[in-house]
Amino acid sequence: MLDTLRTLFLTALHAFHRRATVQYPEQKPYLPPRYRGRIILSRDPDGAERCVACNLCAVACPVDCISLQKTEADGRWYPEYFRINFSRCIFCGFCEEACPTYAIQLTPDFEMGEYARPNLVYEKDDLLISGTGKYPDYSFYHVAGIPVPGKDRGASERERPPVDLHSLLP
Amino acid sequence: MTYSAFFTIILTPLVILGLATVLTWVERRLLGLWQDRYGPNRVGPGGMFQAVADGTKILFKQDWIPPFADRGVFILAPAIGMMTVLLSFAVIPVTMGMGIAGDMNVGLLFVLGMMGLGVYAVVLAGWSSNSKYALLGGMRAAAQMISYEVFMGLSLLGVVMMAGSFNLHDIVAAQAGVWFIIPQCLGFGVFMLAGIAQTHRLPFDLPEGENELGAGFHTEYSGMKFGMFFIAEYAGIVLVSSLVTTLYLGGWRGPFLPPAMWFALKTGVMIIFFILLRASLPRPRYDQLMALGWKILLPLSLLNVMATGTILMLRAS
Ligand code: SF4
Ligand code: SF4
Repeated sequence: MLDTLRTLFLTALHAFHRRATVQYPEQKPYLPPRYRGRIILSRDPDGAERCVACNLCAVACPVDCISLQKTEADGRWYPEYFRINFSRCIFCGFCEEACPTYAIQLTPDFEMGEYARPNLVYEKDDLLISGTGKYPDYSFYHVAGIPVPGKDRGASERERPPVDLHSLLP
Repeated sequence: MTYSAFFTIILTPLVILGLATVLTWVERRLLGLWQDRYGPNRVGPGGMFQAVADGTKILFKQDWIPPFADRGVFILAPAIGMMTVLLSFAVIPVTMGMGIAGDMNVGLLFVLGMMGLGVYAVVLAGWSSNSKYALLGGMRAAAQMISYEVFMGLSLLGVVMMAGSFNLHDIVAAQAGVWFIIPQCLGFGVFMLAGIAQTHRLPFDLPEGENELGAGFHTEYSGMKFGMFFIAEYAGIVLVSSLVTTLYLGGWRGPFLPPAMWFALKTGVMIIFFILLRASLPRPRYDQLMALGWKILLPLSLLNVMATGTILMLRAS
C-alpha cells in the first residue's frame, strides 16, 4: 500500500525532470565523425579519384548493394560507373573497411529519405565528392608500388629505387 | 420537452465524445511528461490536433470483420460499450441545472446498472471474435467483473446511507457541510479501485493485457469499431471521474468559481490521477485482482457499511 503511494509520488515527481527527447528536426543530435551514414567516394590530395575499381567493397558488402565496372585511363584503373543502392544498404561500414585506397567512406549524414525507391540508387556523380574525406593526406598512388604517369617505379614514399640487375656495383 | 432539454440531450454525447477524443491526446502528453519525454507535440499547438488526426485516420481505416467471427454480436459489442457509457452520463449532474436527468430518483442505481451492462461489451467482443486471445480477454473481463461489481455497489452504500437517497442531486446537496471523502474515505478508496477496474484501465486492464494477450478482447477489431472501444474507454474515465466528483468530492460545490468550473476542475484532477496511475503501477495477475477484491476490498466495504450505519444510528438516537 505504502510503496504503491510512493511509486505514484515518484512518478509524479518526474514531471519536473528534464526530458530526454531530442526534438530532432529543429535540434540536431551530435554525430561523431566516424558515424556510419551516407556513403561517399573521396578524392586524393591531388584531386584525382581514389577508387581503383578493385571491387573489394562490392565483395565485402553483405547485401550486395554496390555495383561497379572497371575501366582504364592514363595507365590506371577507374570505375566506369559506381552504383550504390541505398534502399538495400545496411550501413554496416564493411565496404569502408575493405577499401584499400580509403576511397569509399561513410559520413555522418543520414537524412536521405526519398518518396520513390529508384531515387535511392546513387550513381558515381552523386557519390563522388571533391575532397579527401576523413583521410586528408592519404594518396594511394604515392605509397603503392605500381608506376603511374608522373611517378616512376621506386619513386613512392618509403620505397627504394629498384635494383639494377645489369649493374655490378653494390 | 423544452427546447433546452432537447439541446442538452443532443449536446451531451457530443461533448463527451469530444472530451474523450481530446483525452487520448492529454493522456499521451501526460504519460510523456512522467516518462521524461514529450509525447505527440507536432500536430497543431502543442500537438493539440493529434486527436483529430488520429480520428481521421481511424475513420478511413479498413473496417474488417474476420470471417470466423460471429458477425451480429461482433458488430453489437462496441455499440453496447459506447451506449452504456453515454447513457450513464444522463444522470450525472454537472450543476444544479446542467445535466439531463440529474435528479432522477434512482440515479446512482441507473449508473451502476449501466456499468454492469458495460461488461457485456467486453465479454461479447471477446466471445464473438472467436480467437483465443480475444476469448481469454473476455474471460478475464468476466472474472474481473464478478470481483469488483460486488464491492463497487457496497462501497457506494455508505454514501447513499449518509445522503439518504439514490438521487445524485440530493447526494451533492448532502455534502454542503463536509465532502463525503472525509467520512467515507474507506468507501472512496474502494470505489476508486472498483472504478479503475470498471474502466479496464491500468493497472487493472487485464482484459486488454497488451503484452500477454496481443490486445485482449479487441484483438480482432479494426477501424472505427476499435475506435469505439477506445473512445468508450476514455469516456468511461470521464464517467468514473465525474462520479467520484459527484459522490465524494462535493460535486459542483466550491467557493468563488462558478459551479460548472468547480465540477470540471475536480473531474479534471481525477482524470489526471487516473493517468498517473497508468504511468506508475504495474498490472497484477487476475487471480491477484480477484483475491484482492474478495478477500480485502469486500470485507472492507462491508465494514464501511456497518460503521456508517452504526454511527448514523447512534447519531439519530
Ligand atoms: S555500408 Fe555495408 S551494406 Fe552499405 S554499401 Fe557498405 S558494405 Fe554494403
Ligand atoms: S571503392 Fe575502394 S574497395 Fe571499392 S572498388 Fe573502389 S578502391 Fe576498391
